Amino acid sequence: MTAVDINASKLAADSLFKRKRLVGFAIPAVIVTYLIYIFFSFDVAGLAGRANWNNAVTLASDSWSYKVHVTRDNRSGDVVYAVEGERKGLYPDGERPDWVSGDDVLTIDLGGDHIVRYLPDNRTEIEIPGFPLIEAQAEGRKVTSNLPDELPDWISASDRRIGITTEEGRITLTGARTEVFNYFPGWELFWFTLDSPYYGQSFTSIFFGQQIDPERSNVSGAANDFWYNKMWRHGDVAWAIGETILMAFLGTMGAAMIALPLAFLAAKRFSPFMLIRATTRRFFDFVRGVDALIWTVVLARAFGPGPLTGTLAILITDTGTFGKTFSEALENVDQRQIEGVSSTGAKPLQRYRFGVIPQVVPVLLAQILYFLESNTRSATIIGAITGGGIGLLLTQAIQTQKDWEEVAYYIVVIILMVMFMDWFSGWLRGKLIGRKD
Amino acid sequence: MADIAFSSTQQSVSDIQSHYMEMVQRRRLYGGLMLLIFVVMMVAGFYTVNERNAGGFWEGLHQIGDYPADVLSEAWENRAEMPALLLKYFPALIETINIAAVSTILGVFGGLYLSLLGTRGLAKWPRLIPLFRRISDIMRAVPEIVIALVLIFVLGGGPVPAMIAIAIHTAGALGKMFSEVAENADLKPVEGLASTGATWSQRMLLGVLPQVAPNYISYSLLRFEINIRASAILGFVGAGGLGYELRNAMAWGPGRFDEAAAIFILLFCTIVFFDQLSSRYRNRLTEGQAQ
Repeated sequence: MTAVDINASKLAADSLFKRKRLVGFAIPAVIVTYLIYIFFSFDVAGLAGRANWNNAVTLASDSWSYKVHVTRDNRSGDVVYAVEGERKGLYPDGERPDWVSGDDVLTIDLGGDHIVRYLPDNRTEIEIPGFPLIEAQAEGRKVTSNLPDELPDWISASDRRIGITTEEGRITLTGARTEVFNYFPGWELFWFTLDSPYYGQSFTSIFFGQQIDPERSNVSGAANDFWYNKMWRHGDVAWAIGETILMAFLGTMGAAMIALPLAFLAAKRFSPFMLIRATTRRFFDFVRGVDALIWTVVLARAFGPGPLTGTLAILITDTGTFGKTFSEALENVDQRQIEGVSSTGAKPLQRYRFGVIPQVVPVLLAQILYFLESNTRSATIIGAITGGGIGLLLTQAIQTQKDWEEVAYYIVVIILMVMFMDWFSGWLRGKLIGRKD
Repeated sequence: MADIAFSSTQQSVSDIQSHYMEMVQRRRLYGGLMLLIFVVMMVAGFYTVNERNAGGFWEGLHQIGDYPADVLSEAWENRAEMPALLLKYFPALIETINIAAVSTILGVFGGLYLSLLGTRGLAKWPRLIPLFRRISDIMRAVPEIVIALVLIFVLGGGPVPAMIAIAIHTAGALGKMFSEVAENADLKPVEGLASTGATWSQRMLLGVLPQVAPNYISYSLLRFEINIRASAILGFVGAGGLGYELRNAMAWGPGRFDEAAAIFILLFCTIVFFDQLSSRYRNRLTEGQAQ
């Protein structure tokens, strides 16, 4: 009798082990098979061919460095100095970088013994160590030079255009203009643009030194010039960050305020009518299922692009999510506390206020604060679609495909914003309902 | 003697009462002030947001149903073609789900490593715990769209940028959640395994993972659900899948609303389906643990 029993359970145990062993191998096998399928389905192998590595190089170098253009207009002979070649970064009249010298013959020292000279008659001399002196002249729409036929791969030359790329900088010559790009690490003009009197002043001389601008005090003048910096637009970025946080805040809080009363309707304990309960729950499911993307698309048609659309999209989607979790929290309310309160002769409203609310508030607050942080990220994404906040600035900067240092700036600001919101919601949670552990 | 003692108790009771009332009143005052500040913030916030929007709230409110009505009526007119359209966009739907699934799988592995390396008592290099925690914080803080847009510039449009972007965020988010679970894991099996000379990966695989697996799987399922939504949204900025098709269909405008309707239907059904599926499995997992 016992022997049979042992045998039977041994058999059962063996088959269980066999099954577990099989599952232990089957799960990794399924995952690997799936990843192989994805490898072909997403054409990962072909990706290397499609990827644009030049873009990657531009992005990697441009996001932490800047270039100063020295441009000679070959028709008028004027020479212009500009950071990133933008009007906003133009050197004021009579000023130029200190690595440019000379009057009739302009000597541009790129560093590392790479020297470019702008000579009269649109002639240019380029000195590069280990390479014979390059002489070129722009005549009408053509460029003539003493370059040999055999060229190293860092020089490209035709009779219309000569391009030279070295580690120290880039030189382009065409009939219309001669340009030298000198590269420097860092984010150019991050604090002040060149037209600000505070440009190039040290921190201490602004705060503790003599008054620089006779009309303004140093601190307020510097703050003003920083805020309205034309190149980096710090003021606009701050506004955009504020707008994104505002979208998240209004969306989350609005959703919580709408969801709380509805959650009572969906909770079995507080809503005796099956039909109402089911309708509210289906409403929550529907609103959640439609998802922020579709809400954004639909609402953008009605309200136009902007932060209001994003706010409402977050608000509507989260009403569903909050409704679901709030009603679950309400279902789990401890009945004894309500009975205790009603035994003192409390009316229904008082029973809710002192019996139910104190029990659910910690759960609700934790949920709301968690969503506040997560919605900051959603607001960035929705802002990119509907056109509001930092998401819009980011997509715009990426679409121009040249201001990568601005893209890097926005990314840093976004990460700091999300981390701040994460910290802030954790701090608030600690203050309001006590630490989790 | 007894009389004095009695009166002093009475004194202190009324003292306590007045103290209590005072405290209650102060609490009410603070509560009221907080509420006031909150209401002012909400109203001012909505006002600002409304000001900065292209169209106002009240002008837009009555048009809110126009677009869905247009889409639905056009879809209803062409209802005969709806099955064909649903079939046409089915591959895009599969792509969206694939993006979510792959990025969840990759994110789970990444999160697993980050959590185990960033948990006290389990970490391979205890000195590097803060480093791994910061890494997972930063990965969690980056919105998917940032990485996706940059990668689209380098790699071109398609599912891979979205996959990488979502996987990075998922790894960071799961890293934090996993690590909270792993902190409560019993260390005795780990010590037992260590005494037999097991390597770090063997200790983790055999000592820790069986303890935390139900919670990990539950969190992963929740992430998968979130990632489906994320992959649809990223498609809208050019990363392939259903979102990309939706943007194209919308760009065509009226006349092609039936295509948009088909995509809406597919997206809605997918989200609801996986929502239900994952919540059912998660319930089963957490219930199984409670028993």
